Amino acid sequence: MKIKSKWILIGISGVFLFFMLVLPLISVITNSLKEGIGFYFQSLATPTVKSAFGVTVLAAVIAVAVNTIFGIAAAWLITRFSFKGKQILSAVIDIPFSISPVIAGLAFLMTFGRMGWAGGLLARLNEALGTNIQIVFAVPGVALATVFVTFPFVSREIIPVLLSVGKEEEEAAALMGADGFTIFRKITFPHIRWALLYGVILCTARALGEFGAVHALSKTRGETFTLPLEIDALYLSNSSESITSAFAVSSILVLMAVAVLIIRNIAEHQAKKNEENH
Amino acid sequence: MYIEMRNIEKSYGDFKASKEVNFGLEKGTLAALLGPSGSGKTTILRMIAGFETPDTGDIIIDEKRVNDLPAADRGIGFVFQNYALFRYMTVYENIAFGLEVKKIHKKLIKERVMELLSLTGLEGLDKRYPNQLSGGQRQRVAFARALAPSPGLLLLDEPFAAIDAKVRQELRSWLKEMIHKVGITSIFVTHDQDEAVEVADEIIVTNQGRIEQIANPFEIYKNPATPFVAEFIGQSARMEGYHKLKGFEKGDFTGAIIRPEFVEAFKSDNLKFQDVMRCSEEGIIEDISFRGNYLEVRLNVNGISLTTRRSLERRPVSVGEKMHVIVYRIYAYDDKKAYLLENSLLNGANIVTF
Ligand SMILES: Nc1ncnc2c1ncn2[C@@H]1O[C@H](COP(=O)(O)OP(=O)(O)OP(=O)(O)O)[C@@H](O)[C@H]1O
Ligand SMILES: [Mg+2]
Repeated sequence: MKIKSKWILIGISGVFLFFMLVLPLISVITNSLKEGIGFYFQSLATPTVKSAFGVTVLAAVIAVAVNTIFGIAAAWLITRFSFKGKQILSAVIDIPFSISPVIAGLAFLMTFGRMGWAGGLLARLNEALGTNIQIVFAVPGVALATVFVTFPFVSREIIPVLLSVGKEEEEAAALMGADGFTIFRKITFPHIRWALLYGVILCTARALGEFGAVHALSKTRGETFTLPLEIDALYLSNSSESITSAFAVSSILVLMAVAVLIIRNIAEHQAKKNEENH
Repeated sequence: MYIEMRNIEKSYGDFKASKEVNFGLEKGTLAALLGPSGSGKTTILRMIAGFETPDTGDIIIDEKRVNDLPAADRGIGFVFQNYALFRYMTVYENIAFGLEVKKIHKKLIKERVMELLSLTGLEGLDKRYPNQLSGGQRQRVAFARALAPSPGLLLLDEPFAAIDAKVRQELRSWLKEMIHKVGITSIFVTHDQDEAVEVADEIIVTNQGRIEQIANPFEIYKNPATPFVAEFIGQSARMEGYHKLKGFEKGDFTGAIIRPEFVEAFKSDNLKFQDVMRCSEEGIIEDISFRGNYLEVRLNVNGISLTTRRSLERRPVSVGEKMHVIVYRIYAYDDKKAYLLENSLLNGANIVTF
């Protein structure tokens, strides 16, 4: 009886996964090769795709860097200090999880755009410095939106580890006269490194695939478009060739996702091993 | 006085964790903070270490007020309840950490670590990680690590709590010997009175954030200052109607506490007790329980229930048997203090206990 239900469950999951995940991904790859391998590489080499690739990687790198620093600081603050408003801070960090990315994008648009309060400020700053820094409809806006949607990943991975490790080792080190940086480097960091890597990977994966928030802040193809936006544009242009190009560009994202998945599994495995050994 | 707490008060929100805490310890003393769970032992230790700040009062170490001194500058070694060894460092690195932080020369560090490894009997384990050690070995590492920077005061929070009963016994004597050998003033927290009595020179009894008594183990045992101490130490039982016992009168007290060793029960033909037979009264055995190396015998004397211990070497007794009972002493108490009352009939009598 038990064995039978096990096989039924395996069967259901297998069929579901095949039709919902594997088949669509395979169709991405086959579609991308429809016009031949030569066309495939040609589609990847167009100026707009190259630019989109650059913008995507840049936004992801900025998001990971900002959120790693912020995530560690926030996790440390939340787990090691008691202060008024800790609950609120903890809840605020999670906002990007619960808010639609499109709304996030629009919020930035309203803040930094011509009508927003920060927009005026930016204009005056540019005037004073003689610069022409733009946020909305420019790469900084794209990066900002990416940072926003990937905000909680790093801290959410680290917080449980810091809580379970406890602060006694850190207190012991502090009592012996170690400064904050030494304590972090020698005591805390070894505990959180795998969780941190895991958080960074999730953050990267999310940054590469973000569409909604970026869409609101990015208008120029070939300049501020990321890969998902470029794919969308190619697909909507409606010629059969450009649709094949859309699939070709998509296959890049799929390959990146697979790579992330593999690294993710390694990190998870290491984190577990790490926990068991110490 | 090497370490002194003067009028310390400490609250966590509305909760008063320390009230009027006052005590001092001479240099070289090994003291135990003994009290029930939640009585504020850890709080006192953490304030001395500098992990918590008292609301009012002074903490004096070596004649300096250290309230505003950061933990690291107080010259304190701390052994945590679960040792808090650095899990990602070897035994050697753990012990060396406090010295490396002080930027001491590598060669001197090595010498000191080796010295401590041999002092604590950990030679050859220096390359192990904490998870590759037994509980007892971990405690030794924690001890060595705390001592490495040569602190003036050693604090230990429940140093034996995480160790199983058999090894604990061994470690108690080890720690006591070790601390006296090093000669460092030390305070350890425990809620086990046997541990406190066995290891400490001085016992500080805490209850509900207050210090009830500070004295050597013998004094604590023999002359408890407060009703709480009288009841907390030993196998003590509260007793109603103590004045109905032969040899005791009702004074200005609210109640009394008695321990098994204060009660003697013997058979009427026991020659050893003939001299004091006149001081005894009748008791009927209600219950006998076997406790391994002795029997615990509960008797009904005049409607009062008394417990005594009986050696297995003595003649067997049975439930329902009539015995002669003498109560040597009791602790009577009023609201604030406990008083030792001796049996008035025994005054001057030659007491033979088995
Ligand atoms: N950080 C804190 N915030 C609020 N209350 C606290 C805090 N630390 C301790 N307390 C309270 O203060 C009281 C004394 O705590 P403490 O840890 O000193 O007790 P203890 O004597 O060490 O007990 P145990 O034997 O259980 O370790 C307890 O009632 C505890 O709940
Ligand atoms: Mg405690």
